[in-house]
Formats: sequence, structure tokens, C-alpha cells
Amino acid sequence: MKDILKDLNKAFENRIRLGIMSALVVNDYLDFNALKNLLGVTDGNLASHLKSLEKNEYIRIQKEFLDRKPNTKYSCTNEGKAAFLKHIKAIEQLLK
Amino acid sequence: MNQQKYIEDLKDIKEMMNKSSKFISLSGLSGISAGIIALAGAYFAWETIYSKTGYQDFNRTLLSFDQLIQLLAIGFITLILAVGFGIFFTRLKAKKSKENIWDSQTKTLVINLLIPLISGGVFCLLILLKGYVGLVAPLTLLFYGLALVNASKYTLTEVRSLGILQIILGLTATFFIGYGLIFWCIGFGLLHIIYGVIMEIKYTS
Repeated sequence: MKDILKDLNKAFENRIRLGIMSALVVNDYLDFNALKNLLGVTDGNLASHLKSLEKNEYIRIQKEFLDRKPNTKYSCTNEGKAAFLKHIKAIEQLLK
Repeated sequence: MNQQKYIEDLKDIKEMMNKSSKFISLSGLSGISAGIIALAGAYFAWETIYSKTGYQDFNRTLLSFDQLIQLLAIGFITLILAVGFGIFFTRLKAKKSKENIWDSQTKTLVINLLIPLISGGVFCLLILLKGYVGLVAPLTLLFYGLALVNASKYTLTEVRSLGILQIILGLTATFFIGYGLIFWCIGFGLLHIIYGVIMEIKYTS
């Protein structure tokens, strides 16, 4: 039991961060607006959660210009994917 | 232990994965309307082809150039109407569930649907010009089925089954050449209607 709890990742405890990771593991990348629409959160709220995931190096940020407008793409790093899958597995174990 | 929270978490994860990678606003009504329009189109095609020939000559008909043009026009109008109503009903559904209809998922879906579909469409036009009229119905079914299977990764999984059925129907129709219009009615008409009804029952509750 203790071992399973250890596998639960604090970074994914939050609903929004969980949502961001769920969306990013099944997509090559998503931009800020796509994530905002999916999660239905405010700009500031989303930005702060993205920043914390980035600090953990679970997601990667790529800035570019689309029709001269700045566009930020977010994608999941390999570490992020591994950590997220471990987290899901731990939840499933707990529920067994 | 807050087990309930983790059950919710898993549900959220699954829902977000689906919502973010798949186009899920496809309306069952789109299928039903496409089926009905296809049946109407098939009726007009039937009139065009067989109005001047008796029932006995049913499966060995030669088409005149005028008939060919008329058939192409019917096909084109049917396609426009079916796609138009499809988009209309899907928009209606997306609006109801407050989902964005034209996002990156829709784009991937449309592109993956169109690659086999346009290849097939051009191929059918070419063989039609070469005079292989009988092969057009089976081949449109076959290519449509392949297009659906290809696009099904990006939308509801039921689309894949629909695609496989269309492929089987297309191949069968190739064997029973001359009865193309009947198979065409089953595939584009009946299957669409059945699929639409199933979708409506399953997802509208």
C-alpha cells in the first residue's frame, strides 16, 4: 500500500494539471487556446498550471509565429509521459 | 481513503483523452439524412438509366452520353446535399454541447477522410469515362469504406464498423456486377440510416 501511494504524483493531484496531461499524452501538441477550450479555464489559471508542469519538465513549450501572431505549442516530454502513466497505474492499483 | 476522487480522476482522464483527440460531435441525424438523400438520388439514377429500357434488360444497360451527364449531375447534387445536411446537423449538435466544430481534431478527421475519398472519386470518374459503368457503384462503396476506416481513428469507433461493412458490400457488388445500384442503395442509403439511428439512440440520452 505504501509503495503505491509513493507512485502517486503530487504534480498531477490537481484537476487542471491532470486534464492538461491527459490531453497532451494523446496529441502530438496542442496550443494554448485549444487547451483553454478543452478545460474551460481562464488564461491566468491555465498559464500558472502550465508553468508548474514545465518546471517539472513534464511538458515542453514551443513558441512560433502564425500569420505574425505569436502561437505557443505545448507538448508532452518523455519524462512527462512516463510519470503520467505511472500515476494512472498507481490509481488503478489503488482502486483494485 | 478517498476512492471516489480517484474514480472521478480516471473518468476525467479518459474523457479528456477522447475529447482532445477525437471529433465526437458527429450527429446521428447526419447519417439518417445522408441515407435518405442517397436513396432519393438512387431513385433518380434508376429513372435515368432504366426509364427507357424494359425490366428484362435490367443488368446489361448501355448508357448514352446524355444519360451519363445526367447521372453525374445526380451524383453531384446528392453528394452536395448529403454533405450539407451532415454539416448542418453536426453543427447543431456541437452548438448544443458547446463544442467547437472546426478545431484541429476536425481538420485531421477531414483530411484523413478526404485522401482515400478523393483518390476513389477521381478513379471512378476515370473508369466511367473509359466506359466501365458497372464498376462505379462497387468502387464508390469500396473507397468510401476505406475512407471511413481511415478516418475512424479520429472520431467515434462505430465509424470503423460502418466502413468495414461498406468495404464488404463494395467487394460483393463487384462480384454481382450489374446490380450496382441495389448495393449502392444498401450501402449509402440503408446502412447510413441504420447507423444514424443507432448513434441517436446511443448518444442522445
